Amino acid sequence: MIETFFNIGILAQAWPIILAGLGNTLLLSLLVVPLGLGGGMLLALLSTLRNPWIRWPLIAWVDFFRAFPPLVLLIFLYAGLPFAGLELGGFTCVGIAFFLNTGAYYGEVLRAGIESVAQGQVEAARSTGLSRGQALVWVVLPQAVRAVMPDLLSNTLEVVKLTSLASVVALPELLFQARQAQSLTYNPTPIVAAAVVYFLLLWPVVRLLSRLENRAIAGRG
Amino acid sequence: MGNWDRFIETFFNAKVMARYWPDIVDGLWVTIGLAASVVVTGLVAGLALALLRSLGWRVVNWGIVLVVDLFRALPPLVIIVLIYFGLPSLDIVPSGFVSTWVSLSLVLMAFSEEIFWAGLTAVAKGQWEAARSTGLGFGQTLLWVVLPQALRITIPPLTNRTIAITKGTALGSVVAVTEILGQASSAVSNSYNPSPLTLGAAAYLVLFIPVVAFGRWVETRFAWRR
Repeated sequence: MIETFFNIGILAQAWPIILAGLGNTLLLSLLVVPLGLGGGMLLALLSTLRNPWIRWPLIAWVDFFRAFPPLVLLIFLYAGLPFAGLELGGFTCVGIAFFLNTGAYYGEVLRAGIESVAQGQVEAARSTGLSRGQALVWVVLPQAVRAVMPDLLSNTLEVVKLTSLASVVALPELLFQARQAQSLTYNPTPIVAAAVVYFLLLWPVVRLLSRLENRAIAGRG
Repeated sequence: MGNWDRFIETFFNAKVMARYWPDIVDGLWVTIGLAASVVVTGLVAGLALALLRSLGWRVVNWGIVLVVDLFRALPPLVIIVLIYFGLPSLDIVPSGFVSTWVSLSLVLMAFSEEIFWAGLTAVAKGQWEAARSTGLGFGQTLLWVVLPQALRITIPPLTNRTIAITKGTALGSVVAVTEILGQASSAVSNSYNPSPLTLGAAAYLVLFIPVVAFGRWVETRFAWRR
């Protein structure tokens, strides 16, 4: 069993490939997390406008992309659009899919944060002479982001994990590289190694989150 | 032929859709079966772990926390690939369906254990003491006093997490499960037309939009009044 799943010789052989994959996973995360956050912030800010012509389409948009499994969205962009003459390439497809999917999730989190800030805060800020926009940026948003920090972090953890989907459209991130190495060596050690790398990378975040969440739920008892 | 007609012809091709419609419906049933199995095993295992943890055996609890952390940190697709491509080296050959089912159940188990556990610890200690003082045993207190209160707190986060994880059934297509996405993808390569993908996307929306709406409703219905 050690020979099969933790083969040192094969690990040594596959290590550079896996390391390259880790680098790409980190780069990809650095790209898609801000993309999703930006999309989410846009949605959350739009939802502060009370106009029903904006509000309802916005809810529909968010629910649409929350109901759509991200892999389905990715495959649709990657394998469907070329039939319409639109060859976007794996990288762009991943970017768009993450913008739409994780943007919807970040948007929900940020909206809840903004709604948690008491209306009196806005009124007080406005009464000091701040404009609507200034009150939003300097008074509401800092408190909103702070209130939903655990949810933002938890969402970000999911986004980083989700980058493994990019392997399906042949982007050479961690999982893809590990599978390449596995098919070259006929041995599952590279996949085990990739799993260990994921775990070591994300374990600190999970620990932190579990503490924050316990505190949040326990506080309601 | 205008652009619009070409677009319709490509993505909403009636002939292709009629031809592959039954396949997508087959896939829909596989998705539903897979999702239902994951929800049942994942939640039962998660609750069992949380109850085991409430017994307070230190070494056991370390084990539980480690397992929970592991399956919260690993991407589901990595677990699926590991089981599907790794286990055959031990002469255990799980099908794609079993690999996906086991993987997503483990993930849901981990997340739900955390939520159940947080719910259990949220019930005030005085509740335990009061129940025990009336002569209820440990098990009875847990079952009749603590659990009902704990479950109420956990319902909104649990619902949202369960929905998010059941959407992961689409990952099964990577290991040849003939669920919606798998059926749609093979239909696309057979017909050389993306209309089956449109159908598949519609099938997901039909399946999950009510579920997402239900999650929204649960969130407001069970919202904790502060």
